[in-house]
Amino acid sequence: MGQNRGAAIEFRDVSFVLPDGHVVLSHFDLDIRRGETLVLLGRSGSGKTTTLKLVNRLLAPTSGSVYVDGAVPAHGKDLLRLRRRIGYVIQEVGLFPHFTVEKNIGLVPAIEGWPQDRIRPRIQQMLQLVGLDSGLADRYPHQLSGGQRQRVGVARALAADPEILLMDEPFGALDPLTRDELQREFLSLQQRLCKTVLFVTHDLNEALRLGSRIALMEAGKLVTLLSPEEFLRSEDALVSAYVRAFGAGLDAAAQRRVQ
Amino acid sequence: MNLLHFLAENRMQVLELFLEHLWMVGASTLLAVIIGIPLGIMIAHWPAWNKPVLAGANIIQTIPSLALFGFLLPVPWLGDRAERLAILALALYALLPLIRNTYTGIRGVDPAVVEAARGMGLTERQLLFKVELPLASSVILSGLRIAVVISVGLATIAAAIGAGGLGELIFRGLAMVNNQLILAGAIPAAALALVADFGLGWLERRLRHR
Repeated sequence: MGQNRGAAIEFRDVSFVLPDGHVVLSHFDLDIRRGETLVLLGRSGSGKTTTLKLVNRLLAPTSGSVYVDGAVPAHGKDLLRLRRRIGYVIQEVGLFPHFTVEKNIGLVPAIEGWPQDRIRPRIQQMLQLVGLDSGLADRYPHQLSGGQRQRVGVARALAADPEILLMDEPFGALDPLTRDELQREFLSLQQRLCKTVLFVTHDLNEALRLGSRIALMEAGKLVTLLSPEEFLRSEDALVSAYVRAFGAGLDAAAQRRVQ
Repeated sequence: MNLLHFLAENRMQVLELFLEHLWMVGASTLLAVIIGIPLGIMIAHWPAWNKPVLAGANIIQTIPSLALFGFLLPVPWLGDRAERLAILALALYALLPLIRNTYTGIRGVDPAVVEAARGMGLTERQLLFKVELPLASSVILSGLRIAVVISVGLATIAAAIGAGGLGELIFRGLAMVNNQLILAGAIPAAALALVADFGLGWLERRLRHR
């Protein structure tokens, strides 16, 4: 059992070591509260993505435990049930190219055994939620723009109404305008849905704008865990290095959010 | 006597040999599909098996067909009927393109798609049947196309061990130095190969995912 009742996800002394001995994550502790958006910030190779994949068990920890809703998922059916309760959005989107938008979104509800008359309206509802025209339902992924594809990715992740959402640089491959649009929509969506979100990015602007808390990672370790306001004021060497690196690049939207 | 005349006069015999040919190609291809596609799936998921399986299929491919027919002749149940033997030999030759293309097709599926599917909670079975195989289908089909075209040609040689088929006309024509007989066997065989190539090619293009 996990120790923290308020936490949706708990990392307890988690290490992840590759077969070749490379330590990706070492003695990692973190609580993700229910309904918050916790951003994992760090440079490439700092262990952010690994941390995310430990939650839905695409990876298993070498030592330590990852609790989801207070329990460590076992194998087989438990594991599949866990994954279906967790929405997963990745940068490459990973839509099924041979399925229409509709089928992509409806897949998890379908394999969860929802009746057809419940899936169809759910798909429409999801399209609306992510701001897509319902006429796009019959299109194939290759007929969509990058931004539309990622919206479908988010709709697909939310379709079975998961409590937890894992997002791995979901807006990283988009042009700045589309990214800005999707970030804004993510915020308003999150205000309504209050999911527990674990969000990976290396973009400080994105972290400041979307996160309720920011966990800065470096070389497989958690450096510090701060609110966006605290983050900008922090004296910590690595944090201020990060803020300085963005410097003038810190955008107005992120600043506004913090003030 | 021209060729058309010959075909018209012997149409029942040519038709019979054509059907024998078709049966040998069809049965051997089916056998190769039943063995080859699962093997391809297996080596795509367990890379350790990749080298030995592909090497085995490659070695079979290097054995001259006439020699392979000869090797298999003394095998008990198999050697009893030439047609049985021919079907097995043809199936062995068809294995390589089927195994290799199934492997290539599955390995070619975008890793992001596979990761998303796993992350969404698809079982390995659902991943295979709903995602990997459909996405690999056009590549697998192109392997099948190669296998069928090779089989149509190789099956003519099966007549040498008395398995029948259109090769019988060709061998008889060679022995009698009769070009019409040779053409009466070769032209329907070529037509069969072309039709199979075209038909499967059409299907392959329809299944290709943009």
